[in-house]
Amino acid sequence: MNIRYSSDRWLPKLVLSPTLAASLVFVYGFILITVALSFTESRLLPNWEWAGVERYAELFDNDRFWVSAKNLAIFGTLFIGISLVVGLVIAILLDQKIRGEGFLRAIYLYPMALSFIVTGNAWKWLLNPGLGLERIVQQWGWTSFTFDWLVNPDRAIYTVVIAGVWQSSGFAMALFLAGLRGVDSEIIKAAKVDGASLPTIYRRIIIPSLRPVFFSVTLILAHIAIKSFDLVMALTGGGPGTASDVPAIFMYQFSFTRGQLGVGAASAVMMLMTIVAVMVPLMYAEARSGRER
Amino acid sequence: MKMKSIAAAVLIASFACAASAAEVEVLHWWTSGGEAKSVAELKKMMEAKGHKWKDFAVAGGAGDAAMTALKARVVSGNPPTAAQIKGPSIQEWAKEGALGNINEAAKDWDKLLPKAVSDVMKYKGNYVAAPVNVHRVNWLWINQDALNKAGGKVPTNYDEFFALADKFKAQGIVPIAHGGQPWQDATVFESVVLGLGGAKFYNDALVKLDPAALASPTMEKSFDTLAKIKTYIDKDASGRDWNLATAMVMNGKGGMQFMGDWAKGEFTAANKVSGKDYTCAAAPGTANSYTFNIDSFAMFNVKAADAKKGQLDLATAIMSPEFQEVFNLNKGSIPVRPGVNKAKFDACATKSMADFDSTAKTGSLVASFAHGMAVPSATQGAMVDVIAKFMNSNMSSKDAVVALVKASKTK
Repeated sequence: MNIRYSSDRWLPKLVLSPTLAASLVFVYGFILITVALSFTESRLLPNWEWAGVERYAELFDNDRFWVSAKNLAIFGTLFIGISLVVGLVIAILLDQKIRGEGFLRAIYLYPMALSFIVTGNAWKWLLNPGLGLERIVQQWGWTSFTFDWLVNPDRAIYTVVIAGVWQSSGFAMALFLAGLRGVDSEIIKAAKVDGASLPTIYRRIIIPSLRPVFFSVTLILAHIAIKSFDLVMALTGGGPGTASDVPAIFMYQFSFTRGQLGVGAASAVMMLMTIVAVMVPLMYAEARSGRER
Repeated sequence: MKMKSIAAAVLIASFACAASAAEVEVLHWWTSGGEAKSVAELKKMMEAKGHKWKDFAVAGGAGDAAMTALKARVVSGNPPTAAQIKGPSIQEWAKEGALGNINEAAKDWDKLLPKAVSDVMKYKGNYVAAPVNVHRVNWLWINQDALNKAGGKVPTNYDEFFALADKFKAQGIVPIAHGGQPWQDATVFESVVLGLGGAKFYNDALVKLDPAALASPTMEKSFDTLAKIKTYIDKDASGRDWNLATAMVMNGKGGMQFMGDWAKGEFTAANKVSGKDYTCAAAPGTANSYTFNIDSFAMFNVKAADAKKGQLDLATAIMSPEFQEVFNLNKGSIPVRPGVNKAKFDACATKSMADFDSTAKTGSLVASFAHGMAVPSATQGAMVDVIAKFMNSNMSSKDAVVALVKASKTK
């Protein structure tokens, strides 16, 4: 009894400690190194000569960084917003006790099983004006049809949104569906007895009760958006020119191909700050509302 | 006790590593067809001299992946014998104190190499790298059928060039085959600057980064010309790989392409013959100048005496006429030194060799800006960003010049 009691205490800690140590070193340790590097004269290789905030001054003076930041804002907002809406709508439609739900669910969820590289390449071919959609529609006879967003510098970032939403809205759907299944059917029955219409029930009861699901989906999609690299690389390569550049690509190029490790580290720190700025208020609000309930 | 024996084992292991360091480890990213064959040739020569060759090939990303691997190795204090590094990056690595001196193997290199080339291979007067080949960047590749139909005259200035492009347009083909990737944009740009401004202007503006030259009307005119070239490129060009653009010229979908002589490898691989299926010409206005792109192996600091010997032998082997001949026949480039048997090289390569020699004498042999031969990678990157932005927006030439001057100050 006594032995079992004590093993209950130390066994979980023992099992968890390697993971804890690993993440302390490989996540938080490296975050610290990156922060430190962003204040140094590092060029090709790490160099610990102190440079103050010079690297940040260089970063903020760089037009390309602001282009990538603006693209991230556009991509992040639209990607999260549209994925949420599309995911929720599909989930509600699937929740109407229809036939073949399992089959449809698998279809919507399947894009999630692909890597972003595959998604990016497939959409690159679909959206290429001389190869995909535009050519097909023109061959069908609508010769004035144009859809050249992929090669249009002002529109390229929206093609990334399209591919990203296609990939991730199924995932949002799955979480929302699980949430919908968890809503207490007694409440809905009671509302029906009171004479509430179905849209009203969704609007006033069901969707508000999905709040924690909204939170988790937003949290996961937000970090996918901020660290997105592979999708953009495969789809547009950051182009045309640098028109669809995102901070992750900026960071990679400056750190590893241009010998500006310091500036690259500074941009990585800025990305981390963005995540913190988005996540901390969200998590705080969620934690507080949890306590109130 | 146990700790001690582990420590001893580690010590013995590291000693064993040091003892077997007679092997020559070479980092490169020549993994495709003709390039891999070229490296195998070097391996054979080194093994004939009794060294053990250790291949450290990292494919992908035009060397980006290899550079990342190399940095990790150097930071951990275990550099390879040599690595494929070129241009001012050699100076950057030397400045970090990572490169070793190979003067002993390079006694007669000053006589063999043009000064413009040997300057790149030296750091503070000492040779730290060995050149492998010379690529000429300022080529224009033209489809022979389309050219014949349009009168058969190769354009020698931009008026003739655009007249020819108009004729190609009338033939219903894409006049200028191009891939909309930043480095390809920069390749066209540097050929235009060289064609309009000449070698001295090019050198002042894109090698020495003289603000007066960069802000000059000639530079603005270069951007104007680039803007006009843009109108002859199909809109699907965005993101297209260079070899696909070359294929367009090959199969007659495109008229001509600005590209370095690695494009010839594509023509040769498709059994196309110069003068019959395609024409290689200097880019308009650049017949008497030569932008070079030289691949080289930088030699790292190796401690052990036998490893140093292996390194010097490697440097000697790289510069030997036999290796230069075999390697460059496979790669499509030309030898960096005189005294190589020219019999097996084709017409374009022979022309390139003649121009390399003559421009080296007149001083119009200039480093390629777009291919990392002229300025440090940070500066080059910032300037290429400007060019790529100009190619993909309606930025005015005046604004582009201002942005280019600003970008050239990136350190």
